[in-house]
Amino acid sequence: MSDATLSLADGATSRRLSFYLVITPFMLWMFVIILLPHFNLLVLSFHDSGSQHAGRLSLANYREFFGEPVYLVTLVRTITISIFSTVLTLLISWPTAYYIAKLARGRSKKSLYLACLLPFWVGELVRVFGWMIILRETGLLSRFLQYVGLVSGPVEFLYNDAAMIVGLVYTSMLFMIVPLTSVLESLDDSLVEAGYDLGGNGFDVMRKIVIPHAMPGIVAGCIIVFMLNLGNYLTPTMMGGKSSQWFTEQIYTQFITRFNWELGSAFGFVLLLSSSVIVWIGLKLTGQSLSSSLARGQ
Amino acid sequence: MLRTIPNRKSLSWVYNGYVALFLAYLAVPLLVVASFAFNDSSIPSLPWKGWTLDWFIGHGTPRVGMFFDSEIVSSMGNSLIVAVMVTALSIFCGTTTAFLFERYDFKWKSFCYMLMLLPLVIPGVILGISILAFSSSIANLIEGHFDVTVDALRPGLLLIIFGQFSFIATIATLVISARLRKFDRSLEEAALNLGASPAQVLRTITLPFLYPSMIGCGLVAFLMSFENFSTTLMLVGSDAPLTISMFNRMRQGSTPELNAVSLSLMLGSALLGLVSIVAQRRKAGNQGE
Repeated sequence: MSDATLSLADGATSRRLSFYLVITPFMLWMFVIILLPHFNLLVLSFHDSGSQHAGRLSLANYREFFGEPVYLVTLVRTITISIFSTVLTLLISWPTAYYIAKLARGRSKKSLYLACLLPFWVGELVRVFGWMIILRETGLLSRFLQYVGLVSGPVEFLYNDAAMIVGLVYTSMLFMIVPLTSVLESLDDSLVEAGYDLGGNGFDVMRKIVIPHAMPGIVAGCIIVFMLNLGNYLTPTMMGGKSSQWFTEQIYTQFITRFNWELGSAFGFVLLLSSSVIVWIGLKLTGQSLSSSLARGQ
Repeated sequence: MLRTIPNRKSLSWVYNGYVALFLAYLAVPLLVVASFAFNDSSIPSLPWKGWTLDWFIGHGTPRVGMFFDSEIVSSMGNSLIVAVMVTALSIFCGTTTAFLFERYDFKWKSFCYMLMLLPLVIPGVILGISILAFSSSIANLIEGHFDVTVDALRPGLLLIIFGQFSFIATIATLVISARLRKFDRSLEEAALNLGASPAQVLRTITLPFLYPSMIGCGLVAFLMSFENFSTTLMLVGSDAPLTISMFNRMRQGSTPELNAVSLSLMLGSALLGLVSIVAQRRKAGNQGE
């Protein structure tokens, strides 16, 4: 440490002062914007909006969540589809990430990587809008199929689960590509060559050398994409059908439309808790840790 | 499969084809949005009715272009205010927090580090509602006790700034920490030995080393703020930022004016992206990294 070189007598004092200067913004950020609001939300979720005993804690909101099948079904649906589209994102981006990291070189490698990043500088709204123009009843795909003669009338491709999954995969692709590419680039080519030299075929090499090495990147990408899917509001609202409710839509409805903040807070904590449990299970199954995964994801 | 290992021709053709398809998949929705901004029709859809610039510069009757649509222009202004504030706050807080975790040892350090990462794993909707509920209860408390109205704590631009800052600051901290970790501490020691005060060392040696990453993460923060949707949606008051007013338009049924706005967003973010690449390249050239 450079403290030793601080020959000034008040070195320790000034160091303590600078420590307080540096920790104050962090503490303000954490307490005022993150911790206290979430604690407040937690307390709010234990208030019963309907009863006269305001201020008394109760489990009424959580009871309502478990008592009404539609809420539970929505949560399970949201989680299932989020996991499904995370896996789909992984499968679709893996070959491209491998291509960028191992097969492309020089300028084409850089421009390929850039081409993958570009759509994500534009914002989710524009991306969803693009898919809506393509998939809706008067959209490009429907027109194209009519033009080719495969269908006779307009077809609605929007407002169903498949369309929503297309949108989710497209929207969070980047957060899979980046960690995968970075982890694959750190794989030494000679290990792969050795695998081939020792008589392995492409499948063996992939399974025994490349995938184990890439595991931290895979886990990081999957966690980030899963969380983004789960917390997504825009794509399910715009591309999913009336029947395909997303859990964040329930939270929005309770908070903004119905003004039932107590129930909305309880929903928020149910979502937080279930996502934490799923991420924790994923980390345990793959033997990774959260902080190393997240640091890699950036 | 590697460059150095010969592959079957057919296989590598299939692979190249896959990557080409992947790129097309990424590009098509954006190209579609961009091209329909010029369609001379009142819905962004086929058939193509010829070229027009009405959706950019139309004056009203019959069409209003984005530059003369007061709602769009003012919401762009709101987005700009929010993005500038969020960027400034995130750079400041990201830098101080990077110093905190890279330079100091203190009790609960690893716990605090986990806390710092937390906003990245909390869904944006929940960040939004927690801030909404918290600030409302504070506002109610103040109004109940002092009989004054506190509009700033009601949904509006200030809360949107807090909501976006809450997680963008984490990203800023990670980016600036990564840069600070690469800094050669002996440079600071040399300056101190030569008689500089710690404040001078910070100003003339350490901070200039961090400027490129501060600019880089500032651009990212600006873009993320400008494009944020879910946190903003929960905290929006009467002044809607651009994403919210576009969302409302999209739900009502869209006109190609939205395509024009989207195209402008694409051009703007591509420009910022280019700036950040050039800045990075210059940084790499200077430090020989």
